[in-house]
Amino acid sequence: MTNALKPIHFKPKNGVRIVVWSAFAFILFALPALFTSSFALTLLCLTGIAAVACMSYNMLLGQTGMLSFGHAVYTGLGTFVAIHAMNKIVGGWAIPMWMIPLVGGVAGLAFGAVLGYVTTRKAGTPFSMITLGVGELVFASALMFPEFFGGEAGINSNRTAGKDMWVNFGLSFGPQLQVYYLIALYLFACTIAMYAFTQTPLGRIANAVRDNPERAEFVGYDTRWVRYLVLMVSSFFAGVAGGLTAVNVEAATADLLHGVRSGSYLLFTFLGGVGFFFGPIIGSVLLVFSLVVLSEYTKAWQLYVGIVFLIMVVYAPGGFSALIMLNLRRVKYGEWRKMRWPYAGMFFFGVFALWGMAAIVEMAYQLKVVEGSGAALTVMKVPLNCQSTASWLIALAVLALGSVGFEYWRRKFVAVWDSGEERIAEAIKKAEAAIV
Amino acid sequence: MSVLNGVSYGLLLFMLSAGLTLIFSMMGVLNFAHASFYMLGAYFAYQVSSWSNFWVGLLIAPILVALLGGLFERYVLRKTHKFGHVPELLVTFGLSFVILEIVQLIWGRTSVDYPVPPSMSGSLFKVFDSTFQMYRGFMMLVAILMLVCLFLILKKTRIGLVIQAALTHPDTTEALGHNVPRVFAIVFAAGCALAGLAGVIGGNAFITEPGMAQSVGAIIFVVIVVGGMGSLAGALVASLLIGLMQTFAVGLDWSFAGGLARLGMDITAETPGYSLLKLKLSQVAPILPFLLLVVMLVVRPKGIMGTRDD
Repeated sequence: MTNALKPIHFKPKNGVRIVVWSAFAFILFALPALFTSSFALTLLCLTGIAAVACMSYNMLLGQTGMLSFGHAVYTGLGTFVAIHAMNKIVGGWAIPMWMIPLVGGVAGLAFGAVLGYVTTRKAGTPFSMITLGVGELVFASALMFPEFFGGEAGINSNRTAGKDMWVNFGLSFGPQLQVYYLIALYLFACTIAMYAFTQTPLGRIANAVRDNPERAEFVGYDTRWVRYLVLMVSSFFAGVAGGLTAVNVEAATADLLHGVRSGSYLLFTFLGGVGFFFGPIIGSVLLVFSLVVLSEYTKAWQLYVGIVFLIMVVYAPGGFSALIMLNLRRVKYGEWRKMRWPYAGMFFFGVFALWGMAAIVEMAYQLKVVEGSGAALTVMKVPLNCQSTASWLIALAVLALGSVGFEYWRRKFVAVWDSGEERIAEAIKKAEAAIV
Repeated sequence: MSVLNGVSYGLLLFMLSAGLTLIFSMMGVLNFAHASFYMLGAYFAYQVSSWSNFWVGLLIAPILVALLGGLFERYVLRKTHKFGHVPELLVTFGLSFVILEIVQLIWGRTSVDYPVPPSMSGSLFKVFDSTFQMYRGFMMLVAILMLVCLFLILKKTRIGLVIQAALTHPDTTEALGHNVPRVFAIVFAAGCALAGLAGVIGGNAFITEPGMAQSVGAIIFVVIVVGGMGSLAGALVASLLIGLMQTFAVGLDWSFAGGLARLGMDITAETPGYSLLKLKLSQVAPILPFLLLVVMLVVRPKGIMGTRDD
């Protein structure tokens, strides 16, 4: 998050930027060719939607410093309005299906304008508490109005409706591949729009409000108005993500609005990293991976995610994107080689510690279901028995050994890292002196 | 009768929000996991009382919760202090996640049978036809005792004096030779103990299940915002208000439609907004605290007794 002051050069054509965006577009275009199975395509669709949602969330958390516990309200309400719009298409309205995400976006914007007016009255911690309360309010209300939200069962729609209308250009949106390209297109457009937003005066002032609200106020900006505007823009993009969900799954249930979903946007956006624009995209990949893939392997996946999250908050508050960028910086200054051994040691013992922990957790879970599915289980190919003392002792021993080894290498790593930091600071100082 | 039930529920809410307010006003940390400590209190008490009896649980469970809270403050929360308030809030958010999963890991995903002790399960007295449960009376007694103790400790003892000083002038207090981080840890542990105690007596009055933290967590946040951030007196007023409001609302089946029909208006399913009008007060009871929050923010953003308007 902290940028060292750099001399600003006027660059009319930013070559790097063109390369990066073209590469992004190419990757989005080529991914279905690499991952051809229908399961992979489903994952890609979910990831694309989550990326839009997480980036819109990062507008609040990373760029304006607003920790919201109620972001699913805007994505979820976007989905519901979009589903109703889709049902209007089924009923014969001539809205092109590819505009449904925009309908969701407008709905998100509208709800952001109404609810955000209340929530943005406060900043900081009170803002977080209020978003939580408003999120609960919306979720509980959803069950009270079955006419609109469909009660427990939710409401369904059909994305192939209106496929014969000329406005759809012959696209039926029946095949998942068409849906993927729709999502990819929206993801690309939204990413550009959200990146452009960070460069606008409002985006800059949002950063000022994040870093020093008093000063921003003193310079003459109404911080509450800034928060309100950013929240509306953010909920527009959240609504777009909700609309994409509507097209993707063709159904909406009340748990789209639930606090757990808001919590997972927060969790994974943070894990991806709030300090860099691309951080939430990493977060969305992790989100879909945990929710869909990890949950297949273990029932305790939320515990693992929670523990990883705790460790990251304490030791790497910049998230994975900051870890990547910090290591790239090491490479740039030729410091990375010195860290090879500490990294290898930490990885080696980390695997053991992780295995020990996972074995204990999985055996504890297995104890609950012994009657149904027996006491035997395997943790990463190692057969264990949750009712035998030996298994527990092995797991504990491996965990202890792994932890001790990890801590040993971690201390070495910290020493190497800190000395490297000093050398880099010196190198930067020298470079600056050379310019002057 | 509803009044007494409402007051006892309100006092329980206050026990929770008092600890949260103390921690918040002292350290500036909103302990997102506060309701999780409440849940832990209930589960510890259930476990201890299944081994021995309720009274031992009443004594041990809050101490265990306080220990866990203190350890968390010392070894996790303190490390994030230098990063600012957002990571502090995030770390407690992560903790609430982990506690929920561990509780499910140990005690399962369904509710556990944590009964009211037999000596307390009778009724205390009768008014007209409805009875007032003896256990409700006990809850009120514990809550009030705790309130008095809290007040006396804060106002009359030396440690209370140091806490009050550290609240407003941490640097000066530190300069005078007091270990402010340790005071923080003590306050955090004490706040957790209050939550744990509330869990012990609330867990069997209501229900002990993994969802209990989330259902009460959002409401104590409402209490704190409505009462005014960092104001203990405000938290008391707001807890009682919400406790009474919810208890009354559950028992009433008023609706706009019924009221308008009494006024001679013809309300049918075709009337615009019928789905809103037909809602009974008992149906909207769960969202009343949150509606109160919204109304309060629009009318008086600083809360009932708040002094800060940020």
